[in-house]
Amino acid sequence: MEEESDCRKINNSFLRDHNYATEADIISTVEFNSTGELLATGDKGGRVVVFQREQESKNQPHRRGEYNVYSTFQSHEPEFDYLKSLEIEEKINKIRWLPQQNAAYFLLSTNDKTVKLWKISERDKRPEGYNLKDEDGRIRDPGTITTLRVPVLRPMDLMVEATPRRVFSNAHTYHINSISVNSDYETFMSTDDLRINLWNLEITNRSFNIVDIKPTNMEELTEVITAAEFHPHQCNTFVYSSSKGSIRLCDMRASALCDNHSKFFEEPEDPSNRSFFSEIISSISDVKFSHSGRYLMTRDYLTVKVWDLNMESKPLETYQVHDYLRSKLCSLYENDCIFDKFECVWNGSDSVIMTGSYNNFFRMFDRNTKRDVTLEASRENSKPRAILKPRKVCVGGKRRKDEISVDSLDFSKKILHTAWHPYENIIAVAATNNLYIFQDKVN
Amino acid sequence: MINTMECAVDAQSLISISLRKIHNSRTQRGGIKLHKNLLVSYVLRNARQVYMNEKYAEIYRMQQYEEVMTVCNEIQELNPLDLVEDCEEQTVDCCGSMNESPSLCGALLPVSHQASPVQHIQPTSACSVPIPLQSEEVCKSPDPSFYRSCCAEAYPVSNCDFSPVNSMHCNKTTVLDLDTHVVTTVESGYLHQDCCASLQQCCQDAQSPAKKRKLDFGYYVSEIEEVPDFTPCKRAKFEDSSYACTEPLDTSNISNLISIFGSGFTGLVSRQADLEQALNGQFCSKQALASLGAWTRAIVAF
Repeated sequence: MEEESDCRKINNSFLRDHNYATEADIISTVEFNSTGELLATGDKGGRVVVFQREQESKNQPHRRGEYNVYSTFQSHEPEFDYLKSLEIEEKINKIRWLPQQNAAYFLLSTNDKTVKLWKISERDKRPEGYNLKDEDGRIRDPGTITTLRVPVLRPMDLMVEATPRRVFSNAHTYHINSISVNSDYETFMSTDDLRINLWNLEITNRSFNIVDIKPTNMEELTEVITAAEFHPHQCNTFVYSSSKGSIRLCDMRASALCDNHSKFFEEPEDPSNRSFFSEIISSISDVKFSHSGRYLMTRDYLTVKVWDLNMESKPLETYQVHDYLRSKLCSLYENDCIFDKFECVWNGSDSVIMTGSYNNFFRMFDRNTKRDVTLEASRENSKPRAILKPRKVCVGGKRRKDEISVDSLDFSKKILHTAWHPYENIIAVAATNNLYIFQDKVN
Repeated sequence: MINTMECAVDAQSLISISLRKIHNSRTQRGGIKLHKNLLVSYVLRNARQVYMNEKYAEIYRMQQYEEVMTVCNEIQELNPLDLVEDCEEQTVDCCGSMNESPSLCGALLPVSHQASPVQHIQPTSACSVPIPLQSEEVCKSPDPSFYRSCCAEAYPVSNCDFSPVNSMHCNKTTVLDLDTHVVTTVESGYLHQDCCASLQQCCQDAQSPAKKRKLDFGYYVSEIEEVPDFTPCKRAKFEDSSYACTEPLDTSNISNLISIFGSGFTGLVSRQADLEQALNGQFCSKQALASLGAWTRAIVAF
């Protein structure tokens, strides 16, 4: 696929020219809304930045709907749990948009402990002509008022404001790793390491626990929940993945507590491949339903797998993301990179899947043609509106001119979060503190 | 079977790296990450498994080598005519009453390797007479807990060199008593010296001192339950302590790490635990210690 690159840096401050990134600016989640008009990013500092796509204009047909900053707000602040002497990070773990029902936009954002519902709305008019206060807002002396007038709405510069409408807190003992909005648009679930809770979007003081895998004796703990998602169409079905590499599909109609799964997806481990780190690399970091609802995609450290919901014994397809890292697992363990949680995404038609890697590389796999491509998100290697050049990692032997050897990969530059427009070929790629948006080339 | 060939570092380094990660996770922002620590514990378990296998293979190889060398030396020293006599004496000395206290000599070889030594110990030289005797006694199946209690150093053995009487090569070993939850430091193999030093002494009154020690070493017994092999007690006669002491782990932080691990997984997540299970933010609660998972017990012996 040919791409046109169009870079955006979130932080438009003086840091633009500096090469270092403050930790707070590191992007921790990226998500398109259901129409693709808006793109939200969350960062480690608890901020959410929402981009909006420009309306296509006839004057500049080649600038086909670029994304500009629409709203920025502080979603979560650092907190301190005094009872447990724990600091709660403000890092935004996930953002999920709600479907649009009126002029305002709604999204759910979560940190380790608290989920918040934000309303993003525009204001382009303001009332003028108050009786009790003057234009500056100062209270008028009632004695000076001699006439009454009705305030009128006058146009003003567009202002986008974000207000927290609901705060869903105190339901999770462990760290929240996922949220997912149900297709009924009334409920959503939040998932931590050991439990999944179901909420009603209107009710913040109560949630229902639907999955609990905490053992009575914590010494017996063998696996944790790593991600969970509702089925895109069936509001009673959801899946959750585990650190042991298995996925469980549950039906909420079966029982109130869905500890017993309806389906269990797991691929038996190849005993010849066993190493010190087998458990780590088999831990699933992300699970996503296809748009059709027929397939599941899971990401573990080295592969992406596509599962058919009707076949539990093994995945339909397995794609190697960066198998050349298999011999480097030891050093990746030492520098903690082996614990990186990569996400994966489907394109709108479920024909292509995408996931990130190191050295600011990201990979796309075409499920139909079985072709794959490695692309790089970096300003040095691509100018705006230039076509992205496929990259290649040299695994051994003679290195060709444009190839990069495994040892020269930069493991601090990792692409963990990516998003794909629901209908079009527009992708958003988060590379540390930079957001890259790529579009299909317009002929 | 874990394939270790692709790993650049050996099992022991992996263990220390993993422990360091767990230790560091206590102070990182946002609280202890349950998922990451669980994964680290799996690496720890795998590394320990490999380490144990390597250790016992090494011990067994050393054992065979020593047996052969000793027999050869004895053959050279002794007058052929005195051969049988001496060997008999030696075996008697070695073991006192073979029925009563076979343990120490029998403790030379791991239980599971009883059958094989018979073949392996056969030296090529002509000393066939004493050998069967030796092998017999060596092959005896002693009361497991008995010899364990005498000399068994909870695995791994690296911290203590089973050296002969006058050698003070043993390093300090820090151990955690699972029953009293007291961290004690064993100096220079003092305890080992007592039981390994002179075999005669040991064997003659093998019953009493060993039994006495059984109490002290009681906590080791529980360590071994899941391990089929055990650490044999080395004979004092062996000149060189060929238990090559592998580089000891960095013991500077061990006592701290033990206190982390002593509380088991519950200790690691105590800050995250439900209020009803809260350990009041304190590690090393007695409850948690008593219910340590088997794999964590290995770590406390470091």
